[in-house]
Amino acid sequence: MSDNIVEISDLNFAYNDQPLLRGIDMLFPRGKVVAIMGGSGSGKTTTLRLIGGQLKPNSGTVRVDGKVVHELGSDGIYKMRRKMGMLFQFGALFTDLSVFDNVAFPMREHTDLPESVIRDLVLLKLNAVGLRGARDLMPAELSGGMSRRVALARAVALDPMLIMYDEPFAGLDPISMGVIVNLIRRLNDALGATSIVVTHDVHEAFSFVDYVYFVSAGQVVAEGTPKDLSTSAMPYVHQFVHGEADGPVPFHYAAPDYRQDMLRSTHV
Amino acid sequence: MFEHLTATLRGIGHRVIDRIWHLGAGARFFLHTLALSGESFRRLHLTIREIYFTGVLSMVIILVSALFVGMVLGLQGYNTLQKYGSADAIGVLVALSLVRELGPVVTALLFAGRAGTAITAEIGLMKATEQLSAMEMMAVSPIARVVAPRFWAGVFSMPLLSALFSMMGVFGGFLVAVPLIGIDNGAFWSQMQANVDWNVDIANGLIKSCVFGVACTIIALFEGYDAPPTAEGVSRATTRTVVNSSLAVLGLDFVLTSFMIS
Repeated sequence: MSDNIVEISDLNFAYNDQPLLRGIDMLFPRGKVVAIMGGSGSGKTTTLRLIGGQLKPNSGTVRVDGKVVHELGSDGIYKMRRKMGMLFQFGALFTDLSVFDNVAFPMREHTDLPESVIRDLVLLKLNAVGLRGARDLMPAELSGGMSRRVALARAVALDPMLIMYDEPFAGLDPISMGVIVNLIRRLNDALGATSIVVTHDVHEAFSFVDYVYFVSAGQVVAEGTPKDLSTSAMPYVHQFVHGEADGPVPFHYAAPDYRQDMLRSTHV
Repeated sequence: MFEHLTATLRGIGHRVIDRIWHLGAGARFFLHTLALSGESFRRLHLTIREIYFTGVLSMVIILVSALFVGMVLGLQGYNTLQKYGSADAIGVLVALSLVRELGPVVTALLFAGRAGTAITAEIGLMKATEQLSAMEMMAVSPIARVVAPRFWAGVFSMPLLSALFSMMGVFGGFLVAVPLIGIDNGAFWSQMQANVDWNVDIANGLIKSCVFGVACTIIALFEGYDAPPTAEGVSRATTRTVVNSSLAVLGLDFVLTSFMIS
C-alpha cells in the first residue's frame, strides 16, 4: 500500500480546447490535511473533480488508493466514491430532506442497516458537528455555517478514507469559519482519513493544514508547509499570502492600450 | 453580400445541427432512464412519493378544467345537434370527444404546464445547487434516484388523470344537457352507453394518454437535467418544457389518430 492516498502525475486537462491544468504533479499522503490554494479560475475545483472521477483528464493520471481513476468503469468509480466524502462550496444539501434525512441518505443508499442503527449513527455524526439538536430542521432553516456543518456530517457519514472540501470557508462569518477549521482537523484525525481542502483563505488554511500546493494558471507554482510558504520570497506566493492587489497576478484584465482605447471614438 | 449569405446559411446549419444534437442527447437520456429504472420499482416509495407530487397535486386543475370543457362541449354540441334534430345524441358527442381526443390531449397540455414545469425547475435547481453532483459523489446515480422515479410517476399519473378528466367532462356535459337544457336523462346516458366502445374509444384514449405521459415527462426531465446551472438557464428550460411538450403532444396526437382511424 502506497504512503499516498492520491497521486497526481503530469495531469493535463482542457475545457473546449482551453487548457485549464498543465502538467500538474501532486501527492496527498495518508492521514494528512493538504490544501490546494490559488486564485479564482486557477483550476483548484477542477483538480478535485478529476480526483472524484467527475471529469476525465486529457493526459496524465490521477491515482486514488493505487487505482487510476479514469481507467475505472462507472461501477469502479462508484465503488471508489463510497470511500470518499465531499463537501461542496455551499453544502449542496438535498432541499426536500430534513437535516436528519440528509445525513442518513448515504447510509440508506449504501447499507442495509436497520433504521434504529441508522438513527444512532446519524445522531453520532450530527453530535460531532454540534447539530444534534437541529436534526428536524429543513435546509432552508439553516444558516450558511450550519448548512456547511450538516454537509460535513453527511460527507463523513460512511467514515470515508478521503474527504474533499471545495471552498469550505466561502461566505462564512469568523465564528463559523473557526468552527469549520476545527471540525476539518478534528474529523480528519479522528477518522484517520486524508483531507484535501480547496480554498483561497490563506490565514484559515495556514492555521491547520499540513501541506500546501499553490496553483496558478493551471500549474503548481509553489508547494511546502504553511511555515515555509508564509516566509517564501517567491513573488506569486508573496502576493497571494499578503493579499497584494498587484504583482505576478495583474490587477488589470488583459486589454488594449489605455490611451488608444480612450481615443477610439466608436466601437464600445 | 456573398459573405452575408454564407454567414446566414452557416447560422441556420449550426442551429439545425444543434437541434439534432439536442434530440440525440434527449434520446440517450431516455434510454439511460429506462436502463436505470429498476430502483423505481424495487423502492416503490420513491415513485409513489412522486406520483403524489405530479399526479395528485395536478388533480385540482385537471378536474376544474374538465368540468368547464365538458360544459362548453354540452352547449356547443346542443347548439349544432338541435339543427339536425339530434339533440338526444349530445351525450355521445360529449363522451366521444372527451374520451378519444380532449381527455388525453388537454390533460397532457395541463400536465406539461403544471407538473412538467415543476419537474424541470426542481431538477434544474438541484443541478444549479450541486445537489446532483453531491449525489454522484456519494456514489448514487441521479438518473436512478431522481430521474427514473419521476419518469414512472408521470407515466402512471397521465392515464389516470386523463380518465378523471373525461369523467368530470362527461359530468359537466350532463349538467348542461340534462338539468339546464332539458335533454332526457335516459336518452343522454343510454345513447352514450350504446355508442362508446370500450375496446376502440376508451382503449385508444388510454394508449394516447400513456404515450403523452412518456413524452411530457421525459421532456420535462431532460430539459431540467440539461439546463445550464444558472437562474436564466432554469427559466429558459422551464419555458422549453411547455413549448416542446405542447408541440410533441399535438404532433403525436395527429400521428396516433391517423393510425387509430386507419
